[in-house]
Amino acid sequence: MRTTTGLREPPKVSGGDAPDGHLEELRHDPIGLMWRVRNECGPAGEFRLGHKEVVLLSGAEANEAFFRAPEEQLDQAEAYPFMKPIFGPGVVFDAPPEQRRQALHNQALHDKFMRGHAATIADEVERMVEAAGTGGELDLLDWFAELTIYTSSACLIGKKFRTELDWRFAELYHDLERGTDAIAYVDAYAPIESFRRRDAARSALVELVEAIIAKREAAGPPSDEDRDLLDVLISLRKPDGALRYNADTITGMFISMMFAGHHTTSGTAAWTLIELLRHPEHLSAVRAELDGLFADGGEVSYQALREMPKLQAAIKEALRLHPPLILLLRVAKEEFVVGDVRVSPGKLVAASPAISNRLAESFPDPDSFVPDRYLDPRQEDIDHRWNWIPFGAGKHRCIGAAFAMMQLKAIFSVLLRTWDLELAQPSDTYRNDHSKMVVQLQQPCLARFERSS
Amino acid sequence: MRVEADYGLCQGHGVCESECPEVFRVSKESNQVEILDANPSEALRSQVEAAVKYCPTLALKLLEED
Repeated sequence: MRTTTGLREPPKVSGGDAPDGHLEELRHDPIGLMWRVRNECGPAGEFRLGHKEVVLLSGAEANEAFFRAPEEQLDQAEAYPFMKPIFGPGVVFDAPPEQRRQALHNQALHDKFMRGHAATIADEVERMVEAAGTGGELDLLDWFAELTIYTSSACLIGKKFRTELDWRFAELYHDLERGTDAIAYVDAYAPIESFRRRDAARSALVELVEAIIAKREAAGPPSDEDRDLLDVLISLRKPDGALRYNADTITGMFISMMFAGHHTTSGTAAWTLIELLRHPEHLSAVRAELDGLFADGGEVSYQALREMPKLQAAIKEALRLHPPLILLLRVAKEEFVVGDVRVSPGKLVAASPAISNRLAESFPDPDSFVPDRYLDPRQEDIDHRWNWIPFGAGKHRCIGAAFAMMQLKAIFSVLLRTWDLELAQPSDTYRNDHSKMVVQLQQPCLARFERSS
Repeated sequence: MRVEADYGLCQGHGVCESECPEVFRVSKESNQVEILDANPSEALRSQVEAAVKYCPTLALKLLEED
């Protein structure tokens, strides 16, 4: 359908005849659906979730338009209805870029804190490695999810708060992440099991934080060097003397601070390890790189973490093949034009790392694990920055990307020098579970480890 | 040499300021980089190169001029 201006409506993908459109397909095979959009419709094609139309973009040109669009045109805040019940009332999911830049200034992601974080993360990995004993089997999802609860709470909230947490926090947090069914696009409070567990987990987390607050109040005011973010939040008062934040709001703030960096980092750690174990030649190269860097018994320092091209390339390639977010969403607040396609206001607009990261036009041999594509002089992530989008792109690019990279390198600097690892299942049984908007490894996902001699 | 910043990419991480405070500062008002000296002296070359290399959003560019 052509209008007088030469623009057309987005072509519609096949299927989706049910009342909820493509919702069931998105819940079971989102990547299959998104490839069909690409193959049938080209760089911009439409599917439907209930009464919401979603225009999915792919390829460098369409992605660039998506990532460069101003917030007034493509808005993130309303695009993720499944996050609201997790964070709770009054906790913003996606702040506009100005506010997020402000957050960098105020918070732990600023470069001047990274040096300290490097050591903190290495300590946490060593603690978990110690607790695991000299050998055995571990579940990659559970193990990395617990580890990244400790690293993100220690770095983003405070080491003291971290020591007040245990595996229970990680388990409840996992229930929150499992409570991200796409049914939320129709009803974020639908009476389904995963939403019931989500709400129960949030209540239980509030109780854990309440207990921590009570303990701190009983202990009296902390010394200055002992003060962490929780101490600050519970000391703030309104003009009338009442507490500024209750346990529910503080828990929501902590959940939201940790959310973006948790399942993403945990999943990427697991996939980097799986791909390295699938490709022993790359594992040997990475271990040789680490042995060289730490030959003098040096500690896992910020500078050491910067100079690891082989490990960095392996992580980047795991991110390209297994991006932790497969669908980045916005709401069109105004008309949005991409190529000759016109998206009318009110529709959802999406980009997909799972599709664009694997376009052969940018990444030769797109389905293979090829870390060399990032080794000098090749730099496919930079040369194809609008298709290499595991962290998004442009001014909306993930603000925690540098922290995440540093964290992943710190994890493997300890892990690969302490343990010999092997896959405990047939290689092709490791896959992602796409039934929720938060993608996680499908269990079982076991690996064997043994302390290196 | 000359340094340029792409303000469509800069997120104010402050790596450049850590590497070379003589040339870069993250402005508290805009939360983006402020280039204090667009034509830094050769003596600062290695620090400026490190700032460009390690910028997490690849927002800095180093241009050679003769």
